[in-house]
Amino acid sequence: MATPAPIARRVRGLSDRAIAWAFIAPAITLLLAINIFPLLWAIYLSFTNYRANRPNAAVEGVGLRNYERVLTDPEIWQAMQTTAHFVFWTIVLQTVIGFALAYLIDRKFRGHAFWTTIILIPMMLSPAVVGNFWRFLYEPQIGLFAYAASMVTGIPTSEIRMLGDVSLAPWAIIIVDTWMWTPYVMLICLAGLRSIPDYIYEAAEVDRASAWRQFWSITVPMALPFIMLAVLFRGIENFKMFDMVTLLTGGGPGSVTEVASITLKRAAFESWATGRASAFAIILFVAVFGLANIYVKALNKVKQR
Amino acid sequence: MTDLTRTPTKTSPKRPFFFRRGPMETIATVLIATGFLMLFQPFALVLYTYSLVTLLAGTVMFIIVSKFPE
Repeated sequence: MATPAPIARRVRGLSDRAIAWAFIAPAITLLLAINIFPLLWAIYLSFTNYRANRPNAAVEGVGLRNYERVLTDPEIWQAMQTTAHFVFWTIVLQTVIGFALAYLIDRKFRGHAFWTTIILIPMMLSPAVVGNFWRFLYEPQIGLFAYAASMVTGIPTSEIRMLGDVSLAPWAIIIVDTWMWTPYVMLICLAGLRSIPDYIYEAAEVDRASAWRQFWSITVPMALPFIMLAVLFRGIENFKMFDMVTLLTGGGPGSVTEVASITLKRAAFESWATGRASAFAIILFVAVFGLANIYVKALNKVKQR
Repeated sequence: MTDLTRTPTKTSPKRPFFFRRGPMETIATVLIATGFLMLFQPFALVLYTYSLVTLLAGTVMFIIVSKFPE
């Protein structure tokens, strides 16, 4: 259908630059309203004593006191360590298992498409659903996980309290997150493996390179940018982990699974210390932003190789 | 081959250390990595306390120096 004459005339009068701006203006407006404004507002709040449950109370500047409190609080420090433990192990497990699965799927055996779909299912589920059914799986009396673990180890099912035991609860969350998000890492690694041209392997065959040598000298270096990208995405996502921990343990037993986002939520919506919670959120943001910066630099270096 | 055929190479004056992208980016990267480790380490509260300053210094420095020409 032809453009109506008045619109065509109006568009013809605009420069290319103006048309480009007209196209991106809605996206930029939304970005400013939804991302940038709340960020700037949180930075402002982090320097005040604002409490969201007392919106009409006078807001006073407190300088760096909120940051000082967050950075000298041993409980928040503990939450940071819990977060680091969780992020480290989920990333290690997801990367290793995800890459191994991608490597197997890339062999293109019979029925590989079917198995790819099956493996991808956990990723498609809602975290609320996953959290709830893993709670049932972890049940000491009726849960399948406890039953299977009991069969393997010989320990009675009533003693395998994955969510109630101080030493097992962090691992229970790591297992669920790994189960859910390994397929995502696998998918990215698979894209990387499929992008390696066959002629490189053929040349290696001609040079009589062993399968081991081909793996370390061709497969890993060429899939590395993809692996790094997957690690970046999962790392950023896991620093913000909230839903799964809330559903599975709620931060307990005690506070052994209280990751930073749960501490943050408690400060913001249970203690109503909005200013302090904002300071904590900004600290987390600076940490993730700084790390993402150097990570992207490393990623670009790997790509240029 | 005579010297006449050789392409003369331009020698641009070297920038001062603080305006060179490579080393400054490396310093910023080290600062960010140190700050990050300080934030999540389990050994000393004092390191955790000063982690934000280190991280912030590294991040701001990285943003600035990454705009320097290669």
